[in-house]
Amino acid sequence: MANNESVLLRMEDITKVFPGVKALDGVTVEVRAGTVHALMGENGAGKSTLMKCLFGVYHKDGGHIYLEGKEVDFKNSKDALENGVAMVHQELNQALTRNVMDNMWLGRFPKNGPFTSEKKMYDATMKLFDDLGITVNPKAIMSTMPVSQRQMVEIAKAVSYDSKVIVFDEPTSSLTEVEVEHLFRIINMLRDRGCAIIYISHKMAEIKRISDDITIMRDGKWIATHPAADLEMADIIRLMVGRELTNQFPPKTNKPGETYLKVENLSGMYNKLDNVCFEARRGEVLGLAGLDASGRTEVLESIFGIRTRKSGTITLAGKPCKNRNSGESIKNGFAMLTEERRATGIFGVRSILENTVISSLSRHKKFGPLLGMKTQVEDTQKYIDAMHTKTPSQHTQIRSLSGGNQQKVIIGRWLLTEPEVLLLDEPTRGIDVGAKYEIYQLILDLANQGKTVLMVSSEMPELLGVCDRILVMSGGKLAGEVDARTTTQEEIMTLAAKYA
Amino acid sequence: MKKLDELKAMNPADRKRAIGDLLMNNAMFIIIAITILYIWIRVPSFLSVTSIINIMNLTAAKLPIALGVGGCIILAGTDISAGRQVGLAACIAAGLQLTVNKLFPGLAVQPIPLALLAVIVVGAVIGLVNGFCMAQFKVHPFIVTLSTQLIVYGFILMFLQFGTNGGQTLSGMSEGYRDFISGTLFKVGTAKVPMYVLYSIIITAVVWVIWNKTAFGKNMFAVGSNEDAANVSGVNVKKTIILVFMMAGILYAITGFIDAARIASVNATTGLNYEADAIAACVIGGISFVGGIGKVSGAIIGVLLLQVIFVGLNFLSVDANLLYIVKGLIILVACCIDMRKYLVRK
Repeated sequence: MANNESVLLRMEDITKVFPGVKALDGVTVEVRAGTVHALMGENGAGKSTLMKCLFGVYHKDGGHIYLEGKEVDFKNSKDALENGVAMVHQELNQALTRNVMDNMWLGRFPKNGPFTSEKKMYDATMKLFDDLGITVNPKAIMSTMPVSQRQMVEIAKAVSYDSKVIVFDEPTSSLTEVEVEHLFRIINMLRDRGCAIIYISHKMAEIKRISDDITIMRDGKWIATHPAADLEMADIIRLMVGRELTNQFPPKTNKPGETYLKVENLSGMYNKLDNVCFEARRGEVLGLAGLDASGRTEVLESIFGIRTRKSGTITLAGKPCKNRNSGESIKNGFAMLTEERRATGIFGVRSILENTVISSLSRHKKFGPLLGMKTQVEDTQKYIDAMHTKTPSQHTQIRSLSGGNQQKVIIGRWLLTEPEVLLLDEPTRGIDVGAKYEIYQLILDLANQGKTVLMVSSEMPELLGVCDRILVMSGGKLAGEVDARTTTQEEIMTLAAKYA
Repeated sequence: MKKLDELKAMNPADRKRAIGDLLMNNAMFIIIAITILYIWIRVPSFLSVTSIINIMNLTAAKLPIALGVGGCIILAGTDISAGRQVGLAACIAAGLQLTVNKLFPGLAVQPIPLALLAVIVVGAVIGLVNGFCMAQFKVHPFIVTLSTQLIVYGFILMFLQFGTNGGQTLSGMSEGYRDFISGTLFKVGTAKVPMYVLYSIIITAVVWVIWNKTAFGKNMFAVGSNEDAANVSGVNVKKTIILVFMMAGILYAITGFIDAARIASVNATTGLNYEADAIAACVIGGISFVGGIGKVSGAIIGVLLLQVIFVGLNFLSVDANLLYIVKGLIILVACCIDMRKYLVRK
């Protein structure tokens, strides 16, 4: 398959020091042409820092980078792109109000004399899309497209630079299974062309499938590089966390009790959610599976009252809940962890403390409307300790924490509202294995306390490992319900395709 | 000290950058310190007791409006109707306190609490309109307040045409009103500290409590920092936006109420461009246009430094026209430095 086994990119002895932290400590990685090289490690292991040093986003303090045997030192990502090193970012940075082809050719618009040529741009985009098997209208406006399609555009853009080295940073975190297959076909195609691919992901199964070599990093250090075929999943986890983590999921100990939450005839006013009915028990973890845009998120957000319902009744313990807005839903005992942490979760410039207490301020009223500081500090500390959040202090801006730690702060925020029903939308997105395990454990603990958890996830093994029952959404409708203990991924996929 | 140790531990290139950042982040204060030093050397009486008390008094007078605008900036908005709102409040307050009233012929001097209540209600209503348009229709604060600024100016001009006044300057306000605002609180040597300094301190304390110790204050910072997240987190975003602008309107009204008696003469240009000073003060004091960032202490420092500069330039007998250029430059430079702080470094 690989037509050239020579080393295309060599990062040698890369060191990067931030005040007080050695983010990279003499890391050496070699990527051969025509191979996929997976880079794995927990959040904060130094994967992103290494890539930023490659692209000149950070200035490396030591080490050398060789591209095709020649030493290079890119000043910025434009410099890197022009030399054939491209990156597909985890968090999309796109001009949302512009269309697909404007985004594709931004900064290098094809021209007719002094004027940009729409036609050339369109043709070039179509040719590229045909080549990659992408079915996206080049004239569609970015903001109207689902995240997964935007991701595909980003990938096409990276390919369009005729790059020799392409870095994929968590490319599948917003893709559904079908789209992941498509992405893998594209990656395999690029590999066959002789590109060197660096693939960063937390998802074990796909790493095992797609990569030729795996490099594992921990705490800014290189730990090991092995052919993917020689590593078992347990080995990878052990190398990543530096401790034994025998299971990906904690043992299921929760015992679902009586019916608690009833949702009937849930339909969306401005989305395609159509007549969804289901029940959930006390102490149950109920999963919501489905393809992207199948209405999973809409179910949760409609229940929580941040999406307008056309119809639908929500009954909690026999008591009807109106849930017209988030404030009312919180009072009724609901909590909602949203999918896009940065967009709708964190208050970036505010402190850990303020991010923690914002939804439960009424707990701290001391004299009339005045809030007491002492209880706020106590509550915050309680959840920093309980969630093992790594932060320098309560007054640190939340944006400076890693994704996993931000997620823990937001979960703490919701637990402080003392919810009875937790609506969790992709609770482990972009979080490393260790933190994932902690979140699974927390979900099961909550169920053990008799709380009801509704959980949306695109990761099938996660749903199978944590949930009791799984509802499968398809095209805005409830396509079916399966028992998590007896079902298979195939059964779920079949249901997910029912109305799609 | 910890910072110093960190600096020592760095390699030379990083240390150079860290020191550079430190200087840049505090550049506004450094520039102002140098300016003060320069003016003081040129005109030593600039830092005399009388002059310092004068600066303090001016700071107290301008603080309420700055706190109002500050709230709007924390919401990642702005309010350019602030100055005209001050003007309208000053006109109304004066109109109810004239000894010889040409606006409302025959109207006697009204009780001070009534006049205060009147301007506060008017301020709150304008704030409500501003806030409602932003919260309900998601119109950009610049557009909303640009419009209300014109509308309020129209009201001011019409108000001054009432009765037989014919647009003239209002002066000759009641003794009681002038004493209430500008009466002597205490004296430092020969320099008088007027009553309104006390009111300003009280107002500032109240605003501090609202910003820091109430759910409304916390919600304001949350909405300014991330409106969508606030909506998910159970914050009533619309109510918060409306309340912030209503609070701002009330603070402008109080500024106008103080200014009418302080200057003792009110006309259509009263309050003109006050918002520029207020915005400049906020930005100097670190209330950021990024949204969700700012402190009451920042607003105080901002207003104080700005007044120091203005008084100082007066001491240097700088051309009044040049003052506008200086103000504009201060806002521009302060914003540039401020945005630099919150840039995501790549």
